Amino acid sequence: MKFKDLTEELSLEIRTCRDGLRNDITGAYVSDLLSDVMGNSKAGEIWITLQTHMNIVAVAGLKNLAGIIIVKNRKVPDDILQKAEAEKVTIATTPLSTFEAAGRVYKMLQ
Amino acid sequence: MALDIENPIEGSFQIIGGNFDNAGEASSQLKNRLLELNVNDDIIRRATIATFEAEMNVIIYAAAGRLNFVITPTQIQIRIEDMGPGIENIEQAMTEGYSTAPEWVRAMGWGAGMGLPNMKKNSDVFKIDSVIGEGTTIEMTLNLT
Ligand SMILES: Nc1ncnc2c1ncn2[C@@H]1O[C@H](COP(=O)(O)OP(=O)(O)O)[C@@H](O)[C@H]1O
Ligand SMILES: [Mg+2]
Repeated sequence: MKFKDLTEELSLEIRTCRDGLRNDITGAYVSDLLSDVMGNSKAGEIWITLQTHMNIVAVAGLKNLAGIIIVKNRKVPDDILQKAEAEKVTIATTPLSTFEAAGRVYKMLQ
Repeated sequence: MALDIENPIEGSFQIIGGNFDNAGEASSQLKNRLLELNVNDDIIRRATIATFEAEMNVIIYAAAGRLNFVITPTQIQIRIEDMGPGIENIEQAMTEGYSTAPEWVRAMGWGAGMGLPNMKKNSDVFKIDSVIGEGTTIEMTLNLT
């Protein structure tokens, strides 16, 4: 499955690095604890979180994640979007809650 | 597999306490060097996790610090030295889940008490030394062979 296949189902608004929509998604990781994501997520997974600060870009980049989905349409500050664009990290926002977003991704990955 | 390099490859980075915006710079430089050298993905992954958590601790707890790495044909050696409060009880600090991170740092999703355990888990040799009121030094080695 590609990142772009989630766009409609999760009503995603793509905020940075549209190129990443072509990325293959191997799974998803759901956590708001950054050490947990750093330690346990796997390359190619999409990361669902409510965190919107600068360090999410570093974590996603260092772990080669497929991209970040920010839940509940939380506002992502401009400097974070700029950093993500520069580091080629795809950030999308969804109006869904973490539970709903993860549930839909899970179902689509089956 | 030993790396085909003539001389060790070194890097040195300054880390400023409280500077969350630059977190990951040193780790990402090390990762890029390792990618260029075609180091095995799993070793890169482990080195990146260990280095980033060490960087974060300097940013969260110390005033300033320095991260140095040396890549030899057979090892990655990482050393992080900080000027900070030091750690009173290292055994307690190494326990998964133990954290003294302030509330605002926890709100960012840090402070799960997994940093030091993850550094240890992802390195082949892990050494920590701390002096109260002076600072903390961590040395990690990952074997390439
Ligand atoms: N460089 C450091 N200087 C001072 N204290 C530290 C340092 N690194 C870790 N500590 C202490 O050890 C605890 C555990 O660290 P860690 O396992 O990285 O978890 P966390 O950073 O999530 O709290 C920290 O909460 C802090 O009390
Ligand atoms: Mg830590």
